[in-house]
Amino acid sequence: MEIILAIVIGVLYAAGVYLLLRRSIVKLILGLIFFSHATNLLVFLAGSLSKVSPPFVQEGQKVAQSTVADPLPQALVLTSLVIGFGITAFALVLIYRFYQSSGTVDFDQLKED
Amino acid sequence: MSLIWIVGLVFFLAFLAPFIDKRLGKVSGYLYALLPAALFVLLIRLLPAIIDRHFIVRSIDWFPLLHVRLSFYLDGLSLLFGLLITGMGTLVLIYSGYYMQHYPMRGRFYFYILLFMGAMLGLVLANNLITLFVFWEITSFSSFLLIGFNHERPEARAAALQALLITGFGGLAMLAGFVLLGNVGGSYELTDLLQNGAVVKSSKMYVPLVLLIMVGAFTKSAQFPFHFWLPGAMEAPTPVSAYLHSATMVKAGIYLLARLQPILGGTDLWQFSLGLAGAMTMLVGAYFAFTQTDLKKILAYTTISALGMLVLLVGMGTELAITAMVIFLIVHSLYKGALFMIAGAIDKTVGTRDIRHLGGMWPVMPIAAVATFLTLFSMAGLPPFLGFIGKEVIYDAKVQAPQIAVYLAILAVTANIFMVAVAFLFGHGVFFGKRKDPPKIPKEPAIPLLIGPAVLSVTSLFMGIYPAIITQPLVMPAIDAVNASPVDLHMKLWHGLNLVFLLSVITITLGLTLFFFRKRATKALRKFNQRYFKIEFTDLFRRLVENFLSFTKRHTEVVQHGYHRFYLMLIFIVSSLLVWYQLYHTRGWGFQANWEEIPFYLLGISLLIITSAIGAVFTRSRLVAIVLLGVIGYAMAFIFILYGAVDVAITLILVETLILVLFVMVIYHLPGYMPKYSRPASRIRDGVIAIVFGGFMTALVLKAEFIKLSPPISDYFLKEAFTKGHGRNIVNVILVDFRGLDTMGETVVLVIAAIGVISLLKLKPKKKEEEE
Repeated sequence: MEIILAIVIGVLYAAGVYLLLRRSIVKLILGLIFFSHATNLLVFLAGSLSKVSPPFVQEGQKVAQSTVADPLPQALVLTSLVIGFGITAFALVLIYRFYQSSGTVDFDQLKED
Repeated sequence: MSLIWIVGLVFFLAFLAPFIDKRLGKVSGYLYALLPAALFVLLIRLLPAIIDRHFIVRSIDWFPLLHVRLSFYLDGLSLLFGLLITGMGTLVLIYSGYYMQHYPMRGRFYFYILLFMGAMLGLVLANNLITLFVFWEITSFSSFLLIGFNHERPEARAAALQALLITGFGGLAMLAGFVLLGNVGGSYELTDLLQNGAVVKSSKMYVPLVLLIMVGAFTKSAQFPFHFWLPGAMEAPTPVSAYLHSATMVKAGIYLLARLQPILGGTDLWQFSLGLAGAMTMLVGAYFAFTQTDLKKILAYTTISALGMLVLLVGMGTELAITAMVIFLIVHSLYKGALFMIAGAIDKTVGTRDIRHLGGMWPVMPIAAVATFLTLFSMAGLPPFLGFIGKEVIYDAKVQAPQIAVYLAILAVTANIFMVAVAFLFGHGVFFGKRKDPPKIPKEPAIPLLIGPAVLSVTSLFMGIYPAIITQPLVMPAIDAVNASPVDLHMKLWHGLNLVFLLSVITITLGLTLFFFRKRATKALRKFNQRYFKIEFTDLFRRLVENFLSFTKRHTEVVQHGYHRFYLMLIFIVSSLLVWYQLYHTRGWGFQANWEEIPFYLLGISLLIITSAIGAVFTRSRLVAIVLLGVIGYAMAFIFILYGAVDVAITLILVETLILVLFVMVIYHLPGYMPKYSRPASRIRDGVIAIVFGGFMTALVLKAEFIKLSPPISDYFLKEAFTKGHGRNIVNVILVDFRGLDTMGETVVLVIAAIGVISLLKLKPKKKEEEE
C-alpha cells in the first residue's frame, strides 16, 4: 500500500526540485510549497498506516484502543503545516515587495544589480 | 614577585599608555622608561638565586583540558634575555621620549612598544609551549603595528604586511611543530620536555617537528631565504628598529633554538640545517650590507649577518659554540642597539640617513662620533672591546668544531672581513671626509638621543676590559641552560699567540684593505649585483602574494558565483548522489508491488496528485498552477482523513485555502509568466536532477519501511493522554501538553511571520531618486 504513496512523495519532491531550479521567484515559491507537501507526507508515512481510526480516547475509557492511528506523526505534521503556512505567507509578501522595488521577478537580474 | 605579575604589569601599563600620554604629554616617554628600569633591577636581584641553580617555576591553569598552562620558568637563558629586553627597553624608551615627541599618536606608539615588551618578556619566560606561542604571535603583531606606524606611507604599510605575513606564516608552522612536540614528548611544559629529549629524538615525528619549528625560528630571526622582511622593517621609527629589529624580537628565534637545543639538538638534521641556514644568512647579510647606502639598511643587513652567525653557533651545539653564541648575543645587542640609535639621531638632527649625503660630521658632533666609534670597534671586533672577545670565542668554537672546522672558519672569517669593512665604511662615511649637502645644518644630537649609545658603548668597553663581570653571573648560567651541564668558563682579552689570534689579525687586515679600496669594491660589487642578483626577494614575495590572491579570487568566483539556483543544484546533486550510493551499498529494500491491494480511491487520489503536480510544473499559466496546487492540497487532506488524521486534514484545508487566496492576491500584482528564461538544455538537466532526487526519496521511503527502530514513543501518548493530559483527542493533548513548548515556538514563528508581513506591506518603497 505504501508504494503508491512513496511514488507520490517522489513526484512531489521532483516537482519541487525542478521548480526551485527555475529563475522565476514565483516558481521558487511554488517549489517551496511542493517541498513542504512532500515532507509532510513523508513524516506522516513514518507512522504505521495499518491502523486507521482517529486517535481519540473513547468516551468512558481511560486508555486509547489499540486500533487507533499513531498520533505523534500527526502532531508533527500539524506543527509543520502551520509553520509552513507562516513561511509561505511571508515569502509571498516578500516577492510582492521585491517586485515593487526591483521591477523584476528574475533572480539573475537580482544578481546583476 | 611572581613572574606572572611582571608580564601582566607590562601589559596593563601598555593599555594605559594612550591615557597617560594624553595627561602628561611629551614627558611621558621618559616616564615609561621607569617601568623596564624597575624590572631590570628586579631581574638583577633574582640573579644570585639563578646562579645557585634555584630556577623559578610559576604556573596557573589556563585551558586545563588542552594542557595549556600559563606557566613561567626563569633560568639563566631566560634571565639573560629578560635583562636584554628590560635593559635595552629602558634606553630605547628614554630615546623615544625625545625621538617621538613630535609624532602624532604618540600614545599609541607607547602602547604598541609596551605591548611588545610585555609579549617579549612573556615569550622568554614562558614554560608552556602554547603560552610561548601566544606571546610569540603578539610580538609579530606588535612588530606589524610598529613597522606600519607611519601608516600614511605606502612603503611602510607594504613592509609591515610583508613582515606580518612571513612571521605569521612561520608562527603557524611553529605551532604545528609545538603540537607534535607536545604529543611526542608527553607534555607541553619545557621543564618536562627537557627531561625527555631522548624520547623526542628517537620518535618518528622528529623530522617534521624539527623542520616546522625551524621555519618558525628562521622567519622570526630573518634567516635566509626569509631574511628580506628585516630590511623592509626599517620603515619603522628608529627606536623600533633599535629595539625590535636588532636587539630583541629578531633574537626570539635564536632564543627558541637555544632553548630547544637540549631537547632537539645534536642530531645531523639539526646541525646540518641550522649550519646551512646560518652560514648562508651570515654571508648574504654581510655581503649586502657592504653595498647599501641607507644607514639603517646597512645596519639591518649586518643584523641579518649576525643572526646567521648565532643560528650557526646554536646548530654546532658544542660547549664552546654555545659559549660563543651567548657572548656574541650580548655583544651584538649592545653595539647594534647603539648604532641604530645613532643612525636615528643623525637622521633626526641632519635630516638624512643616506651615507652619500653625509660626511665630515666629526667636528660638529664629537660626542656622537666618539660613541659611534666605540661601538663600531666592538662591531669590527677590535680589542679591547667585548666584540673582540666575542669574535675570538667564535673563531675558537669554529676552529675546534668537529670535521667541518676549516669551512666554518673560512665562512666566519669572510663574513667578518665584510663586517670590519662595513664598520669602517659606516664611521668614515658619516664623520670623516668632505661635508656634503645634508638637508639640515648639522649639530650635536640632543642629549636623550645620545644617552643610549653612550651607555651601551661604555658598557661594551668596560665589559671588554673586565669580562669577568659578565661571565660568572650572566654568561655561565645561560650556557648552563642550553647545555644542561655546568661549564667552567674563563674569558680574557689576551689568549696568547695562537691560530685564533692569527685569524683575528687576518680578518682585520683584510677588512681594512677592503675598506681602503671601497670605491672600487662597491662599484664592482654593485655592478655585479645588478647583473647577477636581479632577483629582489621583496618583489618575488609580492608576486607570490598577488598570485595567491588572484588564484583565490578566481576560485571563489567559481564556488561563490552568486546564482541562487546553482547553489541549490549543488546541494541536490551531492545529496542525491550520496544517498543513492548508500542505498545501492546497503540495498536490501523490498516492497510488494501488489497493485491489486491498493484500494481504488487511494490509487485515484494518488494519480490526481501526480497529474496535478506535473501539470503545475509545466503549465504556462500562473493561475492554473495555483489552482492545481490547491487540488494537490485538498487531495492530501483526503489522504490524511483516510488514515485517521482528522485534525491534520482540517488544518490542511484551512491553510490551503488561505494560501490560495494570498497567492492569487499577490500574483495579481506581478507580471505574467515570464518569457522562457531558460534554454531547453538546462530544462532537461534540471529535469534529470529532479527525477534523480525524487527517485531517491521514493526509494528511501520504501527502505525506511523495513527498518525497525526502538519501540515508538507513541505508545506512551496513547496510554497517558487521558490520565495525564485530561484530553480525549490525543493529537491535541500532544500539541498543547506533552509538546507544549514546541507549540509555543510554533506560535512565535507565526507571530514573527505576521509582523514581517505587516511591516513589509506598510513600508513604502523608496522612490528611485537618481535618474542617470
